[in-house]
Amino acid sequence: MATFRLVARRLLFLIFVIWAASTITFIIPRFSNRSAIRERFAQLARTGGFAPGDLEKIITAMQHQFGLDKPLWQQYGDYMWSVAHLDFGYSLNKYPATVLDLISQALPWSIGLIFVTTVLSFVIGNLLGAIAAWPKSPTWLRGIATPFVLLTGVPPVLMGVLLLFFIGFKLKLLPLGGAYSIGVVPNWSWEFALDMLAHQVLPALALILGSVGGWVLSMRGMGVTIQGEDYVNFAEHKGLGGLTIFRDYYLRNALLPQVTGFALALGSLVTSAIVVEGIFGLPGIGTVLQLAIQSNDFPVIYGIVLFITITVATLMVALEFVYPLLDPRIRKQ
Amino acid sequence: MASITMTSAADEQVRQPGQFTLFLRYLRRNKSLMIGVIILLLLVAFTAIGLLVVDQHHAYPLSAPSKKAPSWQYPFGTDFFGRDLLVAMVVGMWQTAIIGVIAGALGTVIGVVLGFISAYFGGWIDNLVKGICQVLTPIPVLLIQVVVASTLDKRDVTIYTMALIVVMLAWMWPTLVIRSQVLTMKERQFVSVAKLSGVSDLGIIFKEILPNLLPFIAAAFVGQVFSAVFASFYLAVLGLGPLREPLLGNIIWAAQGQGAFFNGWWWWPIEPAVAMILILGSLALIIMGLDELANPRVRRSE
Repeated sequence: MATFRLVARRLLFLIFVIWAASTITFIIPRFSNRSAIRERFAQLARTGGFAPGDLEKIITAMQHQFGLDKPLWQQYGDYMWSVAHLDFGYSLNKYPATVLDLISQALPWSIGLIFVTTVLSFVIGNLLGAIAAWPKSPTWLRGIATPFVLLTGVPPVLMGVLLLFFIGFKLKLLPLGGAYSIGVVPNWSWEFALDMLAHQVLPALALILGSVGGWVLSMRGMGVTIQGEDYVNFAEHKGLGGLTIFRDYYLRNALLPQVTGFALALGSLVTSAIVVEGIFGLPGIGTVLQLAIQSNDFPVIYGIVLFITITVATLMVALEFVYPLLDPRIRKQ
Repeated sequence: MASITMTSAADEQVRQPGQFTLFLRYLRRNKSLMIGVIILLLLVAFTAIGLLVVDQHHAYPLSAPSKKAPSWQYPFGTDFFGRDLLVAMVVGMWQTAIIGVIAGALGTVIGVVLGFISAYFGGWIDNLVKGICQVLTPIPVLLIQVVVASTLDKRDVTIYTMALIVVMLAWMWPTLVIRSQVLTMKERQFVSVAKLSGVSDLGIIFKEILPNLLPFIAAAFVGQVFSAVFASFYLAVLGLGPLREPLLGNIIWAAQGQGAFFNGWWWWPIEPAVAMILILGSLALIIMGLDELANPRVRRSE
């Protein structure tokens, strides 16, 4: 019963967070004097040559179509209703396409990149951090952690620019951007798969190098406290092997708070990935967002922001439910 | 602070080293603080001397020949739009400093005030502040900043609006830090003594608690500057900065937009990137150093 109440509380919290995020994305644009429809038609008028009289009629008609002439509370209700259905409206620039269409086209790319880099940096960072804090680990192994710690302050985007310069531009080892080589038609061959993979290496490396240091630092701090605990001492005096103590007594306990840290870091991991995608011109959500910003495609901007916020918040709450599976002490309570 | 000024007649002969010497000695022990401060001072010197020497108009388009590689005449080269990148770096760093300091100061003030009110008075105010912070934590702040920045008219986006956008959603962390510190401070005996001897709430806040919090406030300020520089940089890289200004993120955005590496203009994106790494790196080092100053317990954990 107690667990049920806890789960229900967290789910309510999640709904509350999503409500807050969608309210923010609803309210902020209303403060602005920019009208997406008017700007779009003004742009068309400059390039195409509409008569201004018709333009006003079209704009009013469009505003009616999108429900922008209704009272504010009704607009808010409609908006919340569509958000609850994950319906973010239509793109202004690619009109018949909905925002969700654009997102779902780009999503596999982003998920692939984010999943691989997050898992790799979490594993590498925590292992290096644990080794660095463990008094019996060999010196050369400990030394590996130091350069990563020095990179902590460098955001992944800047890492990306440096990698592009040294590996892509100077050494010409890997491509300078894009999803695959220019002029290649996507197909199901090994060559194409390799080509695509080669384009993913630098962005992935940028994201990994940019976030490993943080894990190293926090894990090292955690490790220092854990190794002074009584149960680690006890295991040593029991005569257990160094590797067993390291793995079962030390690493496992030190990792627990890192899972919480992981949940808290999700938001910044995703935003970093988005900006990195933009810099490398990968066809993920970040590039879609950047293009939407450049072309004032407001529904796409708001839709992507809301979509990512909902995803991140849901994952964070989901991770809280994983926590008792990892820690028997919490399960008991 | 009080313990240093308390010198009795007996140890008058032992000459107390001045505050400055003590500070220098502390810096020698706290390596990360020292290196961070040195890099930051060098950057400040570069910017200050630069602002005095160069003509700032050359940081804007069409003021120099375009696409020139670094040479004696243009040590940092020029970009596609005809900006002298040396001047652009100087102005860009200055603007980054403005954003960082304004947003950092505002965020810290909001954090200190909210943290104090919330922790000192408790009750429903505390619950409200804590609740807002909790709800906002899972929301990726940068994305909300994207929404705000994109609704602004492009002409309204300036260095100052950037600072305001950044600070609008970045006060939660200092609030929580100060709140937790005040909570522990409130239970200390010197506060109880002051309360029992009839010192007013404001007296306790300003005379008893605030002076003890100064290291934490300093750390929170540098942390705020770091996150403000970071956030404004991300916004600018996404193309949401004041596009006319040579803000470091804007330069990278423009360079990638023109395919700088594809075209061989390597100096264009690499210079703002290195400058940004130095700025953020020095701030990160200072934060680590201040952390050591504020929490003596982590001092010897290396």
